[in-house]
Amino acid sequence: MASASRLTRRNVLKSAALGTAAAVAAPYVRGAYAAGTLSLGLWDHWVPGANNTLTKLCNEWGAKNKVEVKIDYITSQGEKDKLTAAAEAQAGTGHDIMSHRDWNIQVHHRVLEPLDDVAKQLIGKYGPISPVAEYLDTVRGTWHGIPATVGSQVKPCASRLDLFQKYCNVDLRDMWPADEAKYDKAKTDKWTWEMYLDCAQKLHAGGFPVGLPMGQTSDAVDWVGALFNAHGVVMVDEKDNIKVDSAETRTALEYLKKLMAVNPPEVYAWDDAGNNRWLISGKGSNIMNPPSAWAVAKRDNPTVAANVWHHPMPKGPKGRFVGQLPFSYGLWSFSKNKSAGKDLLLYISQRESVQQLVAASGGYDIPTFKSMLDFDTWKTVEPPLGTVYSYPPRGDELTSITGRPARAEVGAQIYNQAINTVMVAKFTQGNEKLDDVIKWAANELEGTLRV
Amino acid sequence: MVDAVQQTWTPALAGDRAAPRGSMQRFMRRRSTTAFLMCLPLLVIIGGLVAYPALYAIYLSMLNKSQTHFIGLGNFRWLLSRDVFQMVVEQAVIFTGFAVAFKALIGLITAHLINNLPAKGQRKWRGMLLVPWVIPLALSSLGWWWLFDPTHSAFNYILEALGFGEVPWLSNPYWARFSVILVNIWYGAPFFLIMYLAALKSVPEQLYEAAAIDGASAWQKFRHITLPMMRNIIAITMLFSLIVTFANFDIVQIMTAGGPRNMTHVFATYAFMLGIRSGDIPDGAAVSLFMLPLLAVAAVFVLRGVRKRGREIG
Repeated sequence: MASASRLTRRNVLKSAALGTAAAVAAPYVRGAYAAGTLSLGLWDHWVPGANNTLTKLCNEWGAKNKVEVKIDYITSQGEKDKLTAAAEAQAGTGHDIMSHRDWNIQVHHRVLEPLDDVAKQLIGKYGPISPVAEYLDTVRGTWHGIPATVGSQVKPCASRLDLFQKYCNVDLRDMWPADEAKYDKAKTDKWTWEMYLDCAQKLHAGGFPVGLPMGQTSDAVDWVGALFNAHGVVMVDEKDNIKVDSAETRTALEYLKKLMAVNPPEVYAWDDAGNNRWLISGKGSNIMNPPSAWAVAKRDNPTVAANVWHHPMPKGPKGRFVGQLPFSYGLWSFSKNKSAGKDLLLYISQRESVQQLVAASGGYDIPTFKSMLDFDTWKTVEPPLGTVYSYPPRGDELTSITGRPARAEVGAQIYNQAINTVMVAKFTQGNEKLDDVIKWAANELEGTLRV
Repeated sequence: MVDAVQQTWTPALAGDRAAPRGSMQRFMRRRSTTAFLMCLPLLVIIGGLVAYPALYAIYLSMLNKSQTHFIGLGNFRWLLSRDVFQMVVEQAVIFTGFAVAFKALIGLITAHLINNLPAKGQRKWRGMLLVPWVIPLALSSLGWWWLFDPTHSAFNYILEALGFGEVPWLSNPYWARFSVILVNIWYGAPFFLIMYLAALKSVPEQLYEAAAIDGASAWQKFRHITLPMMRNIIAITMLFSLIVTFANFDIVQIMTAGGPRNMTHVFATYAFMLGIRSGDIPDGAAVSLFMLPLLAVAAVFVLRGVRKRGREIG
């Protein structure tokens, strides 16, 4: 068994030279997975079958490029996706590509590969990208994430057509028809936060209150952020100046005092499913949410679903804003197959791929390119026909995220610590003085500025 | 058995001395070397899964937010100046104080009740009362959350059926504090029950018989026999429960996620919010380590007392 040859420096050098010569001289032989392996940790979609379309696209790309693609779908329940990303970032090993929610690209940007080449190719081809996605995916002008279609969502109004007609005499389908070309500015301009409050009071009196969460989860943070933006509230500006003590903040909080009085008292304890259940139960007349509540109502309470219409948010003194929660793909800097990873990201971001992904999610997933908001899916989904047409931002509606325009590291903390909704809850539920609430918020915001 | 082992070892050692072999062989034949090798798997596990993570967490808690430089105790000083963190400390103390006290009280009462049952029925009751402790906490917390559901609470359904008003179990911060403490007591009381029951069974019956002859009342028996005999187990159980309750995560995270208005956060949920959700790992590590010195001091005193009493009894 003992080897006759001895391991000497001369022998090693001789073998290495022969091996190199053979590698150079041999013809390029492409095996089934000649270009290696790419492992992906992707968000587990709640829409049945939606994962299959993404898997199909990745496998198509893998077959063309001789790369073995391995996908783990990771749920966001219990923040499992964020925990996995945090563990991989800290350990410096794991998947090659992961999907990240909301602020996670900012959180992990130090271990994420710059993706300027991919982002610039896509922007060059498909035009402007959502400003919220750009804000979340770039750090000092460098792209560290590529906006994903899968999971990306906005949270506009989901309202009961019948109840708004009966108690407020408002025909939402006429105001927001399923065709942007037919939007009538005279009608849409009337849909303001003042009108919304008036409707909310009437619906409350009628026994069908609106349901606006005021806990510390993203649905609450997103709609309050949209309302704050519509009123011109800035918490921290781009230069780290704390701006929360302003006339705009006071106006918005005074408005919210009236609005929260006509919400059910339990909204302070709702998680992200609380408002969905409120609408599905038939007790509620309006929530601010993606069409997930409507989709579940289609199964559990079809009468409610047939009367739900998705439409833009009310307008405020500074414009009409809707909360956006984008998802992104990040390529770890410790990935062993970066060029393949970038190529896959390009492939699944092409219009043809995005169209399939949007269709698979029934229109729930929103592309971040404005030029891709013309797919048929949003026109054909029913009942009622066209209910999700105005779910993507249309007309004068702009996307927003709580924390912006502060630098993203600061914004991430404002958002994740739900400073805006805690402020509102202190004032509306805790009945604390307005000045005390603003002072508290300023103190908390100062905390977010620490380097 | 010991003799047999000694007989096996002695000639080998003697042989070692008689005919010296390689130093490696001598080293491997030493009794301490064998003991060390047998303990090695345990040492590796403790080192890898306890010591290293603990030391790494301490190291992380002393870095700045971007983990680029060492700032000593800067994160701890910073946390102490924050309103929300002060509230977290207050809430954690209330949560732990009430929960441990009631768990101990309920455990003590139920242990006595079960101990006084006829032997035949004891096993059945013991099994049933242990159920809350056996069910995975995340699962039972979810069950409780459904009972307290802000909109469709089963408890409120019953209260309304009986003609009472609804209780804002999770939407009012004070009721929410009550609810999370209640669930912790429900979950933890069986642990006290089983420990106290074991302690009660170890008290010699003769002591009670002697006290009865002396005309001692039930309270006097409890005060002067049962409690002193149970002191060690009470101290250890309370210490263990104090540590575990301070570190609780599942109940608060599932039921309230720290809300409303941050008023139900405990150290673990607040650390999760700062470290994982907001990406400030050093601050999150500092929050989770905050109670370590206090609990370590408490543990030293409690365990010293236990050792002292053990020597006295011995």
